Amino acid sequence: MGFLEVNDLKVHFPIRGGILNRKIGAIRAVDGVSFSIEEGKTYGLVGESGSGKTTTGRAIIGLNHITSGQVMFEGKDLTSKKSKTQHVRKDIQMIFQDPYSSLNAKKRVLDIVAEPLRNYEKLTKIEEKLRVQELLEQVGLNPESILKYPHEFSGGQRQRIGIARAIALKPKLIIADEPVSALDVSVQAQVLNFMQEIQKELNLTYLFISHDLGIVKHMCDDIGIMYKGRYVEEGTKQDIFNNPQHIYTKRLVAAIPDIDPQNRQKQKHLRDEVQMEYQQYYNDYFDNEGLAYRLRNISDSHLVALPEKG
Amino acid sequence: MWKFIVRRLLITLPQIVLLSILVFVMAQMMPGDALTGLIDPNIDPAAIEEQREKMGLNDPWYIQYGDWISSALQGDLGQSFRFKMPVTDLVEQRLINSFWLGLVTLIFTYIIAIPLGITSGRYNDTMRDQLITGYTYIGFATPLFIFALVMLWVGGFQLGWFPTGGSVAPGLEPGTFEYALSKFQHLLLPGLSMALITTVNTVQYLRSEIIDTKQKDFIVTARAKGASESRVYNRHILRNSLLPIAAYFGFEITGLIGGTVFIETIYSYPGMGLLFMDSVLQRDYSVVTAVVLLFGIASILGALLSDIILSLVDPRIRIK
Amino acid sequence: MNNALLEIKNLKTSFRIRDDYYAAVDDVSLTVNKNEVLAIVGESGSGKSALAFSVMGLHNRAKIEGNIYFKDHDLANLPANKLNKLRGDDMAMIFQDPLTALNPLMTIEEQIAETLLLHHKNLSKKKRREKVIDLLNQVGIPRPEHTCDQFPHELSGGMRQRVIIAIAIANDPELLIADEPTTALDVTIQAQILDLINDLKENMNAGIVLITHDLGVVAEMADRVAVMYAGQIVEIADVHTLFANPRHPYTRSLLHSIPNIDGGNDKLHVIQGIVPPLHKLPREGCRFAARIPWIDTSAHETNPELHEIKPGHFVRCTCHNQFYFPDEKKKEEQADGIS
Repeated sequence: MGFLEVNDLKVHFPIRGGILNRKIGAIRAVDGVSFSIEEGKTYGLVGESGSGKTTTGRAIIGLNHITSGQVMFEGKDLTSKKSKTQHVRKDIQMIFQDPYSSLNAKKRVLDIVAEPLRNYEKLTKIEEKLRVQELLEQVGLNPESILKYPHEFSGGQRQRIGIARAIALKPKLIIADEPVSALDVSVQAQVLNFMQEIQKELNLTYLFISHDLGIVKHMCDDIGIMYKGRYVEEGTKQDIFNNPQHIYTKRLVAAIPDIDPQNRQKQKHLRDEVQMEYQQYYNDYFDNEGLAYRLRNISDSHLVALPEKG
Repeated sequence: MWKFIVRRLLITLPQIVLLSILVFVMAQMMPGDALTGLIDPNIDPAAIEEQREKMGLNDPWYIQYGDWISSALQGDLGQSFRFKMPVTDLVEQRLINSFWLGLVTLIFTYIIAIPLGITSGRYNDTMRDQLITGYTYIGFATPLFIFALVMLWVGGFQLGWFPTGGSVAPGLEPGTFEYALSKFQHLLLPGLSMALITTVNTVQYLRSEIIDTKQKDFIVTARAKGASESRVYNRHILRNSLLPIAAYFGFEITGLIGGTVFIETIYSYPGMGLLFMDSVLQRDYSVVTAVVLLFGIASILGALLSDIILSLVDPRIRIK
Repeated sequence: MNNALLEIKNLKTSFRIRDDYYAAVDDVSLTVNKNEVLAIVGESGSGKSALAFSVMGLHNRAKIEGNIYFKDHDLANLPANKLNKLRGDDMAMIFQDPLTALNPLMTIEEQIAETLLLHHKNLSKKKRREKVIDLLNQVGIPRPEHTCDQFPHELSGGMRQRVIIAIAIANDPELLIADEPTTALDVTIQAQILDLINDLKENMNAGIVLITHDLGVVAEMADRVAVMYAGQIVEIADVHTLFANPRHPYTRSLLHSIPNIDGGNDKLHVIQGIVPPLHKLPREGCRFAARIPWIDTSAHETNPELHEIKPGHFVRCTCHNQFYFPDEKKKEEQADGIS
């Protein structure tokens, strides 16, 4: 039994139209996604805009309505009505992409960080203040700054406030949705390092959602690649980067700019090659609707969406 | 786009039905009924009751509503007890008068709002802008009926430039040029008074739209193309800022209705607003009901018009 | 032969914050040659975009001092009507966010044709449309005739960025400024757009200024690189030198802080402190000194200047001579201990 198990998750949004504005179809934002994460590991969910990676994350935490499928967390079914009780939810928290807009500008740091505490734990004012100070210290911010407002902090510091809020209830799983894409390179390093530190300290499990393969490679143990709501490939970091099998994964990997200008020609060549392959063998990788096939094992850890042979 | 309009029309219909029910129920709740004003207090109450029964006034409300709405659809809105004539005939002339007043007011509103809004938005935070926003604040703060009285006193009585009441000078033959000119003269002062106050909304709206559009990225793109400052304003900023103003047009009509009640009363201009005031004061119920219904329908149609205009001018909606 | 296309001399662009002016671009001198891609790298607040906007004259309320020489003109002191003749014609710009850089109420054709119309008034409507379709073809839009009549919201981000590029190259500019042209795009789209700019470069014979924070993009695109920190250029070198032998502590720190694509969950290098906000920038001494406090203050110059340490390789301040990363020092000490 995995720590977090997602089975055939589907999230469909209705499309309305016609004169009476009735439901005439559905956007299949997430269309049958399954994966599992082991405790203490970091699982990378990669895809481009519109791939459904963020929707998957939001569905797991309950921010998007799940159309069908199952999300099992420590053996409990999060999708069943019974366990919509708060205590399971409390173990899963989220870090958002934009540290500039995900914090309420009109609230003090104390109120922002204490918000989850107020929802789940009954603390006295003094206990609450001490906890918040403790949390701020944990994320490397000055505990004296509890009465400041978000705009008084830099981007990296704001993301730390977001992290402090996320870890306030001692969660077991954190869903990090593009936690560093809005940050400058040097600040990015700061936040990533810090996320790794608290992972060890608190034995956290991460679902790390990102479009940046460089960062995913740095952070994650296992990686799933999504395209148009479906998985195209899943495997360990080595599987994905050293032995990509699906053409879409190959395109993604080839698109990462190489940091060494010496490799410029090589890189361009590789991209052209992949592009040729993509155009030539497109139909071998995608069905009539341009969607990915079901995943099939090619090794114990490595799954690729390829059609049934025959 | 036609789908959007059809859908919008479909929503309008139940809105109007709901409105008519509301108006009817409110009329029912008012003390007295269609008979109260007509009859001599000396008549035997039993006879009145009999008359009531005959007129269907004791029927349940939905039957009465059905009667009322079906005759209203045939153009029969009942009898005015005060004018002793069918409400429909009474309303017709008034409606035409109010239409002209509304039109003149709207024209004045835009003549004032567009240049002021543009100047204010383009040169925001300069002296010019402060003068214009100063005017809008005064406009917001001044009650229309006081301002209209002042205008009437200055323009009508002190300076004597404008007629002080009515919709046309007496003794003129309808259809002649003098008649039309006199009509027009009677419209100017009330129209201008109302426009000067109600336009401040539009000035402010246009100002903030322009300031907003000015800072959009595509304006930088236009400048980078080498467009001159005047072209940037005329082709990009203005066009994009006027769009919401155009869409606001329908609501402007709704706003006029409230204004006409004051303006027409003060200028004793025989339009719907004056009729409404008179009928309320005289307890002329069938007229009040009819006028309220027409006002309501005008508001609903105004909102409809706004949505249709928006769907015509904005490609982002046009496509759907 | 003078190969310089754009020469920026002692440029200072200041913004007003409350009652004082603060320089976001502080005494920058740069040359852009014909047929080269000069990348300007820096984080937010480095002044790189302010520099680009100064060249294009797109700042509204900034004070610009110094000179920007381009085609016998000094752009820093050019009246608006003359500037408008150059913008969109001899020099053009590609913007960061394709979602907001196009007018939502104009068709694609109108928006591209506008830039043609402004500089070639005698072009007939039919000719303009032909040219627009030709341009859309050049930037790789699949059905140009159809796209012409579409509105921006009907196109994807990548397609819109192609339209913006089409606008920029419409009049064959000699100078093309690309301000974070791929930051808002997905990786695969980013690769396509970068390839497109590269292809265009070969046919266009233009000088390109590429503004970016992404060192990967720099490595793939640039011929020369200028690194900016806090309004100043701290290092200039050709791209190979810069990546193989970076000198300035800031350049080295930046390169050090990106995740190594060859894997490894090692700790990333973190640059201490933050980029100070504009009105709190130190205006004297080495601006990067506060971020490397373990380096002895005597290593810095009192008035740091750009020194040419090798032909074409400039580094600001002398502190690079004594710079080391804290963990390097530890390694050395350990090594000493063992021996």
